[in-house]
Amino acid sequence: MRKCIRFIKSGHVVELNDVAPTETLLDYLRLRARETGTKEGCAEGDCGACTVALGRLIDGELIYEPVNSCILLLAQIDGCELVTIEDLSRDGGLHPVQKAFLDHHASQCGFCTPGFIMSLFTLYHRDTPGLTSDDVTTWLAGNLCRCTGYRPIVDAALETCRSAANDAFRARAEKTEALLRDLADSDDILMETDGDRFIALPSTLDSLCALSATHTDATLVSGATDVGLWITKQLRDLPKIIALNRVQELQDIHVTSAGFDVGASVSFQKLHEVLGKHEPDIAEVLRRLGSIQVRTSGTMGGNIANGSPIGDSPPLLIALGAQISLRLGNETRRMPLEAFFLDYGKQDRRPGEVITQIHIPRLDASHAFRAFKLSKRFDQDISTVLAAFRFTLVQDRIVEARLAYGGMAGVPKRAAHAETALMGCVLSAPDSWNAAVEALDNDFTPLSDMRGSAEYRREAAKGLLFKALLEVSGRSSQETRICGHRYQEAGHAA
Amino acid sequence: MLHRTPTPEEAMAQTTARDTEAGKAVPHDSALKHVTGRAPYTDDLPEPEGLLHLAPCWARDCAHGRILDVDTSAAQAMPGVITVLTAASIPGENDCAPAMGDDPILADGIIHFHGQVVAVVVAVSRDAARRAALQVSVEVEPLPAILTVDDALAADDTVLPDYAFQRGEPEAAVTEAPCQLSTRLHIGGQDHFYLEGQVAMAVPWEDGDLHVFSSTQHPSEVQHTVAKVLDRLEASVSVEVRRMGGAFGGKESQANQWAALAALAAHVTGRPCKMRLDRDDDMIMTGKRHDFRVDMRAGFDDTGRILATTMDFASRCGYSADLSLGINDRALFHADNAYYYPQALLRSRRMRTNTVSNTAFRGFGGPQGMLAAERLMDAIAITVGRDPLDVRLDNLYGPDRETTPYGMVVEEHAVLRDIMESLAQDCQYRTRRERIAAFNADNAFLKKGLALTPVKFGISFTLTHLNQAGALVHLYKDGSVHLNHGGTEMGQGLYQKIAQIAADEMGVSLASVHVTAARTDKVPNTSATAASSSTDLNGMAVVNACKEIRERLTAFAARQYDVAPAGVHMHADWVYVDGDKVMSVADLARAAYTARISLSAAGYYATPEINWDRETAQGRPFFYFAHGAACSEVTIDTLTGEHRVDQVDVLHDVGRSINPALDIGQIEGGFVQGMGWLTTEELCWDDRGRLRTHAPSTYKIPTASDVPKAFSVRLYASNGNPKPTVFRSKAVGEPPLMLPISVYCAINDAVSSLRPGLIPRLDAPATPEAVLIAVQEIRRGNGV
Repeated sequence: MRKCIRFIKSGHVVELNDVAPTETLLDYLRLRARETGTKEGCAEGDCGACTVALGRLIDGELIYEPVNSCILLLAQIDGCELVTIEDLSRDGGLHPVQKAFLDHHASQCGFCTPGFIMSLFTLYHRDTPGLTSDDVTTWLAGNLCRCTGYRPIVDAALETCRSAANDAFRARAEKTEALLRDLADSDDILMETDGDRFIALPSTLDSLCALSATHTDATLVSGATDVGLWITKQLRDLPKIIALNRVQELQDIHVTSAGFDVGASVSFQKLHEVLGKHEPDIAEVLRRLGSIQVRTSGTMGGNIANGSPIGDSPPLLIALGAQISLRLGNETRRMPLEAFFLDYGKQDRRPGEVITQIHIPRLDASHAFRAFKLSKRFDQDISTVLAAFRFTLVQDRIVEARLAYGGMAGVPKRAAHAETALMGCVLSAPDSWNAAVEALDNDFTPLSDMRGSAEYRREAAKGLLFKALLEVSGRSSQETRICGHRYQEAGHAA
Repeated sequence: MLHRTPTPEEAMAQTTARDTEAGKAVPHDSALKHVTGRAPYTDDLPEPEGLLHLAPCWARDCAHGRILDVDTSAAQAMPGVITVLTAASIPGENDCAPAMGDDPILADGIIHFHGQVVAVVVAVSRDAARRAALQVSVEVEPLPAILTVDDALAADDTVLPDYAFQRGEPEAAVTEAPCQLSTRLHIGGQDHFYLEGQVAMAVPWEDGDLHVFSSTQHPSEVQHTVAKVLDRLEASVSVEVRRMGGAFGGKESQANQWAALAALAAHVTGRPCKMRLDRDDDMIMTGKRHDFRVDMRAGFDDTGRILATTMDFASRCGYSADLSLGINDRALFHADNAYYYPQALLRSRRMRTNTVSNTAFRGFGGPQGMLAAERLMDAIAITVGRDPLDVRLDNLYGPDRETTPYGMVVEEHAVLRDIMESLAQDCQYRTRRERIAAFNADNAFLKKGLALTPVKFGISFTLTHLNQAGALVHLYKDGSVHLNHGGTEMGQGLYQKIAQIAADEMGVSLASVHVTAARTDKVPNTSATAASSSTDLNGMAVVNACKEIRERLTAFAARQYDVAPAGVHMHADWVYVDGDKVMSVADLARAAYTARISLSAAGYYATPEINWDRETAQGRPFFYFAHGAACSEVTIDTLTGEHRVDQVDVLHDVGRSINPALDIGQIEGGFVQGMGWLTTEELCWDDRGRLRTHAPSTYKIPTASDVPKAFSVRLYASNGNPKPTVFRSKAVGEPPLMLPISVYCAINDAVSSLRPGLIPRLDAPATPEAVLIAVQEIRRGNGV
């Protein structure tokens, strides 16, 4: 049992034993370390002004990823290298990305600039020779700038991030990797403050489940992209926090002939890399899920456990026919994902129970899959409607349909009436689809909110099903979509 | 075809090259500090010992009500809490309004909108203050709340008297015209979403003086407000701002409250106090761009040339006047945009609602007026069946049609026509129009649209007395120049432009010029950094100060070398006599000092020529107009209402550019910000008056991927501003914000392609929902 966290900052190991459960990384930087180059813009992980880079060993190699420090808990960076804007020019010279910002006039008010530079620092370290402007804008979707209009920022990124990294961090990568290996241990971490308050980072699934079963009132945190806001916005008192970051069993993806068994703490970014190759629409929805900062931290297990009525991953998974495994103590159970969502804000998770795996069946030759994310803004927005469809076809006849929607009800939900109405429909006879499209009115009574009116959601839900059927029956997505064209998006760095 | 913005160096080649600092595309003065994280913003300043923090408390579910009780006892008992302040704690006036005295810093008796601050907690940490703030309970007797423009019109409730411009008898003329139309447009508001939220820190000094660090565009008004609230002399309050992390008008009047509260807490506790709003609080508690309802009627001939128009503007001002007078006046000033209305009645109503008081935002009412004008052009073009660009060109100001409805002559009408025609040619408007028609004929579900729209924006504060500025310039004995002026730096690059100007005027290199924070004790009685005018005004004040010092020095040197003063020149740190380099400016400065010649001067400037009589609604409110035009191509998805901007070409007139890099930055940034206003940025209030879009998770400003892939911004090859502005430049802060009206019009064009002849029912912002409604309505045969 370890009673402290350790991380690397500017080449040195920092050890902290006085970390409060809800202390954020940003507050540590600005209030404790008094390094004020990292800014707070929104305190909810949506503007990127607080972006810092975390270096981790992934398959033995040092990989830098951008995170929103405002909603990440300080304790969660245990075992990482933390890189902030101050570290980039600590030796007096400018980092290539910083230099490019100067050359391209890429800062105006400058408040968002450190966050942009840290995001691009991580892209710079990806060594992406064929980097496109689409790759850059995807990478930067989580960094808002209100002054420049972005063009000079994208130019600065294209100039620097296409070539192989050649900076102080690359030069000392071996040293950093050695330091990170030294830090890696298999100890459980427990930091207690004021009696009953603690933050724990168990290192195995067994110790996690034991701890969670003992402290059923504890809050489980994986990416903190949701729980972080409970802290910064709702000022919720979370005296007991169990973070899943160190549990290796939850980070693995097992690819089998039947499908994908995904650990609940696998980040969206990693999932995108694996599942995105399976089906382009999954890639596109995951590309547009949050931002790179959110996808780096956020996990599918968290997305499911917190029961968002929108998604974005549950509707995808439900359409794919996914199941989840849960574990309480030593007892494990498995259920179809749609059965987990009982009602708005109510999930079938018992106190202390942990989601451990998501089981995703492969699409086969009889399946046609389409998914669409509809939001006010293309990138980094919460969906107004998320629609995912899996059609099973015998020649051009639909013999089964799984139609899952987010944003249309209190939970991610299948459209049972429309599914039934589609049975036997023929792709070459568009008139036969109408009954199914109209049946959506019987499936959903959506709400009006700031993302869209009930009327818009109803009309858009129909439009998306119609669009999917158009495409499955042979229309090119070039004729039906203004973004996310199928088989065009290969080569995304994200 | 243009698909790329020229580099600043290429752009510079378009402007007149001279051996001056002004005209060079040097980086923003703080660029190096920005990229290294070493540029301190107000919250980054070293914190004084014993600093206390403030957090606001408000009634969580009240848009309008009578305060019965404010119970602070639970909050007082929380750990770390020093005190809780309410209206009763204020020694002076409880007001932070820019003019009308109607903005309490802490609600007193009545809550006027959801989010109005009732009390502030002062505690040893920001976290402690925020937690305690949740414990303050406010008991309220609800009062009926008016939430929308329509509600306020029904209740006939305004914050300011109605106002209008009139020429001729347009109501009769519209009726008699060969063609007529009437249409209504709702225009949404916009949150500033400056990345740095509202923040201020007040530090007590001796004698009860206060020094206030405030993220404000208007330090003099913060000074005035703090003195008023604390009942102290303005001379005992100083306000300082080195830089803001964006402002866009949102820190013109709305920074006052937070600085006043921090100052109040410092006054009460005797300790330094800081107030930084959380993003959600900031969005809930501060004003935004006004949303408008515009009802228009127009009479025109069968070619679409306007004969007469009436336009009725009703805006949501919120619960108080704030800057609504000037903002709504400016909507009228720009309701013509670039078009000649032979007869016109332009009316404005300033509606009172129980919502946050709306305020300045880049364009200051101009964008809403201009959007109405462009909406009218599209509606006319659809009605007469002509290309909207032709209708626009036919309605432009020109010879014998050059006087605005408010009596000002448009002197540069030929420039704007040339900009539009050049742009149309360069971006191949006509051939693309044909290509788009073919695309639309071939595509059932995706439709394209195209629009080219002009901008003519009046430059000067329409409150004439604000058009003045001051500067304080010191030359030191080492030849370095220390310079202060009344303008504030919010990212626009003002400090660098003024440093470039000062270097030229003083005859030193740019490296010898040092600009420091705006401070009210250096340059007093300043106007807000607003109305696009800060370079025009402060630049000229600096010119005047530098000129005075330089004339003293050249006269002194002329005596020393026994030549006429005209024979002495200072340039790039060197002094030349009859063309020969004789010594450094530093040597001259030292010699002049020894000869007891002052090396310091205060400069002053007041804009000439302008006069505006608001009573008669006649005069010359603007020194000149800034011009530009943009052509935008979009594609819409008729199944979902989504759109994508495919290509944008901009040609914009900045006169002679002082710094092409900074000017291009203003144009591109303004374009994207304006595009956000008209597309993705939607403010939603619920039926209880609560803002539901109070964070970036729900309020969507453009991201990098929303910027058109083909985006070209070029500077118009100008001969310079015909008016004697600094370096013959033109203001560039606000005008580009209105260029993306072309995006809105292109979306409208795409919808219109579904049923030519019908005017789409498309309000702003053109969200996917708004576009889908317009598409479905027009498919049902329902136009305006």
